[in-house]
Amino acid sequence: MVPLSWYVTLSALMFVTGLVGVLIRRNIVVVLLCIEIMLNAVNINFVAFSDYLHLIDGQIFVFFVITVAAAEVAIGLGIIISLFRLKESVNMDDYNLLKL
Amino acid sequence: MIQQLPFIYFGGMALVCAILVVISRVAIYSAMALLGMFVHVAGLFILLDAPFLAGVQLLVYAGAILVLYLFVVMLLNVHGRGPMLQRQTPWAIILTLLAAGEMGYLVLKSHFYPKLPAIPHPSVPTLGNTETIGMVLYTQYLFPFEVASVVLLIALVGAIVMARGRGGVSQG
Repeated sequence: MVPLSWYVTLSALMFVTGLVGVLIRRNIVVVLLCIEIMLNAVNINFVAFSDYLHLIDGQIFVFFVITVAAAEVAIGLGIIISLFRLKESVNMDDYNLLKL
Repeated sequence: MIQQLPFIYFGGMALVCAILVVISRVAIYSAMALLGMFVHVAGLFILLDAPFLAGVQLLVYAGAILVLYLFVVMLLNVHGRGPMLQRQTPWAIILTLLAAGEMGYLVLKSHFYPKLPAIPHPSVPTLGNTETIGMVLYTQYLFPFEVASVVLLIALVGAIVMARGRGGVSQG
């Protein structure tokens, strides 16, 4: 029997990995990929607690997380494509339109 | 130990793939490593008695979302020129260490109870995982379910409007 703390630890490690990627990578597509890692880490926590407490609600929430992730990917990639048209670059450091 | 072997395999591979996503120079390799992570997280869902979610994970994440990423990566023709990291990396590392320390503290200080025994309901016939999810999703969580469909519709319209550009189709 795998203890619950193992799942929580794995989830925390994966979340930190995604956080590192979001903060340090320059390529904006990779930053969006790292957000998916963080969402998946949260999903592991939801399903693990749902299994250990015998409550189905955690799995329902994973559905909503997946829905929001799909919406976020569609909008985010649309934004990336229009930014690429504007700046001819996928580099985060080049996006300074809002800078004073 | 032999009982924990599947968890160690799926969890370890998911973590390795997540790290590969962060450290690969080429965006296509990152997307492929993300595919591996999705598959292994689906394996974790099966270990946690959620086979329906594992299927949804494979269909939606690995089947739909990842293909969208691959399309954009190929469309934009991004190559690994120049430095991989952005300018604020030292600050980012400090922030990440803080966050990791906080999470490690919380995990270490928490008290995890062992798995609760399942409460048997002699009168209620036992439902499978998929039936239970359907039952709860369409009764107790009906309103969030409808809201989720509106969110998806807005995403659909927004993505079309944003990716259409100026000189594309007719200006409505």
